[in-house]
Amino acid sequence: MTAYLKRYWQLYALISLPLIYFVVFRYGPMYGVQIAFKDFNLFQGINGSEWIGFDAFREVFGMRDFYTTLRNTFMLNFLDLIVSFPAPIILAIMLYEIRFKWFQKISQTILYIPHFISWVIIGGIVYQLFGNQSGMVNGVLESMGLNPIPFLTEKNPWLVTYLFTGVWQSAGWGTILYLAALTGVNKELFEAAEIDGATRLKKIWHITLPSIKPTIVTLLILNLGHMVSIGFDRPYIIGNTAVREYSDVLSTFVYRVGLESGQYTLATVVGLFQAVVGLIFVLGSNYISKKTTGEGIL
Amino acid sequence: MSERTSNRIFDTVIILFISLFVVFCLAPFLHTIAISLSSNRAITSGEVTIFPKEFNWDAYVKVFSDHSMLYSLGYTTLLTIVTTVLCMVFTIAAAYPLTKKKMKGRKLFMYVIIITMFFSGGIIPEYLLIRDLHLLNSPWALILPGLVSPFNLIILISFFNGIPESLEESAEIDGSSHLHTLLKIILPLSMPVMATLALFYAVGRWNGFQDSLMYINDPKLYPLQLKLFQMVQNNMVSELTQMEGANRAPLTPESLKAATVIFATVPILLVYPWLQKYFVSGAMLGAVKG
Repeated sequence: MTAYLKRYWQLYALISLPLIYFVVFRYGPMYGVQIAFKDFNLFQGINGSEWIGFDAFREVFGMRDFYTTLRNTFMLNFLDLIVSFPAPIILAIMLYEIRFKWFQKISQTILYIPHFISWVIIGGIVYQLFGNQSGMVNGVLESMGLNPIPFLTEKNPWLVTYLFTGVWQSAGWGTILYLAALTGVNKELFEAAEIDGATRLKKIWHITLPSIKPTIVTLLILNLGHMVSIGFDRPYIIGNTAVREYSDVLSTFVYRVGLESGQYTLATVVGLFQAVVGLIFVLGSNYISKKTTGEGIL
Repeated sequence: MSERTSNRIFDTVIILFISLFVVFCLAPFLHTIAISLSSNRAITSGEVTIFPKEFNWDAYVKVFSDHSMLYSLGYTTLLTIVTTVLCMVFTIAAAYPLTKKKMKGRKLFMYVIIITMFFSGGIIPEYLLIRDLHLLNSPWALILPGLVSPFNLIILISFFNGIPESLEESAEIDGSSHLHTLLKIILPLSMPVMATLALFYAVGRWNGFQDSLMYINDPKLYPLQLKLFQMVQNNMVSELTQMEGANRAPLTPESLKAATVIFATVPILLVYPWLQKYFVSGAMLGAVKG
């Protein structure tokens, strides 16, 4: 035993730091989840507040806003899946087909950039482009004698703006995974197809696409697993009070109810609901993934 | 049509499409740069597209003479550096032991970490924890909660696992301690993945917004993104009140806002080309193992 410790103590010393971090900052909040079942009062703290069972859950499930935000979360994620999911696949196949290496490299470098820009900055740029009064796009539309479009202040145009910014931000970065999968393709397959007289399109259809199919399926399933989880920054920043009916999602709802109105218990209930349903979705999609492709994330 | 011509057409179509997408990625930046360098008159009359009209530097002069803006830039840079260094130390400290199959408890530690990828307490319990630790309105509230990203940790573990074991064994025979092996052998071999993870952590902190919105009330401690958000938000609100026919709220000049947006983007664009060759391979590594 002492020989073992003598040999390994440094490893335990190393890992103790991150473990303390995980216990305090990752498991600490899990302990705090109990306030979903308590009439939480800031002054009495977590342990001093009284248990109320599922009362807060009943209240949340009776709120109209809760269902609106739940619907919006699904809606935005689902539309994002339809619009943003195929974009990197198409881009990656095209990038792969480019024969000029320098052009390929330069365009890849530029396509990745939006991924590194914060949503606050994207929000600023979106406003410059799509604002009603001063936005460039409406300026161009007006100069062509067309009516301006309320991109940010009316529901359906807002939805298009929201989806469009998503494609802009993530399409280029998303190609990395597919290009990684394509580097593993056996080049002889293409040569063989060429001898058989296959056209470029046929080669894409019969060789390129099938070789990234596992990646496509895995990512699709992963995306389905994240249907209830939605980042806070994008809907909060691109959204505004005029389109609240569409832009209010679970994460912004939790922030608004909890930290802006101070209803900690109700917000924790929504957060817990999101975490549990999210976990079920992830485990479920992982199960499906393992069944269909033999690959999973767990 | 011969095969050569059809190939040519195919190449041309692809290059045109990709070029279009490249323009699509760049145009918003070009427009914002153009706005930042144009006069307010040209902007409000809608004459500015992707080239500056009535060129002037005024907005940048203003941004650089605004002490609170420069302060925020310096503060955010320092915050980003401290965060990145600490995150890297903690991630390395977690990754290296987790590659040692003979260490007892390795599996348990792994589970403890992985579980947090799939379940979390949510933002309200997190907020209460930060409050109970008396970290509200402290930069530590922006540093400590994100010290180790399990995703980055997995990337690092799989990279460490790819280093031939014989290297470490021979070091061990020579009497090298674990810490010594890590510092002298493993880390020097891992520079590309280190650069990748450092970039991910740094960009994450630089762009971080929600945590500062939640934890920081003191304008002196606002990171750049939060400061920027309030400028943009003011404009969004005035845009809405205009829609409803109310009085025009006082606007920050468009060019000033654009200059601030560019000001906050440039640091990322400066480090980006240097690190690109690393992060692509790092992201691929994550893709294969993730």
